[in-house]
Amino acid sequence: MIVTWSAFGALAVGACLLAPLVGSTTIRLAAVFDRSRPFADNIDAQIFFVARLPRVLSAALVGSGLSVAGVVFQALLRNPLASPDTLGVSAGAALGAILAITFHLDFSLLGVSAVPLASFSGSIGALGIVYALSVVRRRGTSTTVLLLAGVTLTALLGAVVRFVQYVADFTETFQTVRWLMGSLDVAAYAPIGAALVPMTAAFAGFVTLPRALDLISVGSESAAARGVNVTQSERVALVSASLATGAAVSLGGPVSFVGIVVPHLVRLITGADHRLVLPASALFGAAFLIGCDLIARTALAPVELPVGIVTAIIGGPFFLWLLFRRG
Amino acid sequence: MLRADNVCFAYGKGPAIGPAKRPAKVGHYVPTDNELTNYARTDFVLTDVTFEVGRGQIVGLLGPNGSGKTTLLRILSGILRPASGRVALNGTEVGRLSHRELARQIAVVPQETHATFDFSVLDIVLMGRYPHLGAFELEGIADLEIAREALAATGTTAFESRQFATLSGGEKQRVVIASALAQASALLLLDEPTASLDLGYQFEIAALLGRLNRTRGTTMVVSTHDLNLAAALCSEVVLLKQGRVLAQGSTEEALTAANVRALYGIDADVGFHKRAGHLTVVPIGRSL
Repeated sequence: MIVTWSAFGALAVGACLLAPLVGSTTIRLAAVFDRSRPFADNIDAQIFFVARLPRVLSAALVGSGLSVAGVVFQALLRNPLASPDTLGVSAGAALGAILAITFHLDFSLLGVSAVPLASFSGSIGALGIVYALSVVRRRGTSTTVLLLAGVTLTALLGAVVRFVQYVADFTETFQTVRWLMGSLDVAAYAPIGAALVPMTAAFAGFVTLPRALDLISVGSESAAARGVNVTQSERVALVSASLATGAAVSLGGPVSFVGIVVPHLVRLITGADHRLVLPASALFGAAFLIGCDLIARTALAPVELPVGIVTAIIGGPFFLWLLFRRG
Repeated sequence: MLRADNVCFAYGKGPAIGPAKRPAKVGHYVPTDNELTNYARTDFVLTDVTFEVGRGQIVGLLGPNGSGKTTLLRILSGILRPASGRVALNGTEVGRLSHRELARQIAVVPQETHATFDFSVLDIVLMGRYPHLGAFELEGIADLEIAREALAATGTTAFESRQFATLSGGEKQRVVIASALAQASALLLLDEPTASLDLGYQFEIAALLGRLNRTRGTTMVVSTHDLNLAAALCSEVVLLKQGRVLAQGSTEEALTAANVRALYGIDADVGFHKRAGHLTVVPIGRSL
């Protein structure tokens, strides 16, 4: 178990260190950490820390948050196709964030600023709707009902988003369109700090969950009979996953398919035990989105594509494969 | 060992008596549409159910669909709280025990188990160790030994590293029973353990339960529609009809042709079968 954790940890750290080296100007890692030159004279270090690292760290944070949220939704709803996107949770978060951006909401609560807060409200609202629908229709694990509810909700919330964009003024609309494609165009540390607060809270919740998720994924009633406090675990899981989705979306936009691709790839390597799947998905999710963003930055250089386009091109076929594999 | 005294239960519809208007949900259980319509009509799922399960006994719960068997098992296992009345385990009220304490003493085998993800058989059995481990504790060698012993006791050792999802219905049920054994609780509650199995597997599970009872002294409460299984396995039966006890007592006394007619509206021959070595019920047709 420790070996697996370390391997995934090394992968994530490696991605964080190596990805900023790649770009229009080539820089060397040795030069970046060359302490003999002052920072002001060290162009390599400036490019690394100022221009590229914030973007890479955002990718890491967004990738981890969405991946772990995917793991939690899949276990909780006993449905391998559940994820922040397929459930409409990302769409809810996106709507919240768009509203906050368009109407220049400027407040903060417990150190969390308006956009992440609005994004979290949107994600938990959307999740509440889908969850209530699926529970009312007998046990809530029917794939069809869940996915249809998610698709419908995504379409509905998308229409509201377009309405807001339509009535907003042109510059704001341009900004939000870029953002909605899932763009990691982050060039400062402040937004990362803002997303880090809810993300940390979410991960504090996730840490308590792995074993309970194992048992709940086999059946909530038998989990209760084995001593899991199912109601409490479900609450922690749903709130934490919504927080993580909200924080990720507020930072990088609704980057699609990460929450479904990463958990399944990780399970192929680690097996189903959530004590492995959960931390490994957090780390691999970070590395995965850093990698996708690297492709987005370099594929059509000097044009930087929104990373959401890359994840969708990888994730779409993957999702269809999953769907068919399950029969 | 386990006592139910005047247990009543309603799903919050209709006039509830007793201390709790809406029974507190311990586990997260959502009644099916079908159950809700049934309960809307009858209000009470269970009324004044009283019985006792002695250590080492196998007690059968019999009754038609919707008679309250599953609800009664959920109340016995502490997943649901009764609206009134009391369930006591070795003298302690079940509602006073924490989830973990309860799980160390009572294990539940559901009718069917589906694993969403690719858990191995050993993974599933090790889940039975949950109530014995701390929040962040990993299973140790002792837990692994207990799990392997449970696999051996249920004849599933050969499946250990197979994926649970690839097993047949009967094999899955044996593994779930192994998981319940790994929980190391003295009382096993089984909800229609053979309902979705073919005849061969039905007998296999029945033989397994009988063997566990004889060799380990495991106490069991088994709900079933299979009257012959109950006759072969149970020393006592409780017959439920519309949430009330129609008859209870030793299997010989309570499992009679008259009671079968009253329960199911079926005319049946009930008699001791020499080759089987227990009572057998042969349904003849609908009684008029």
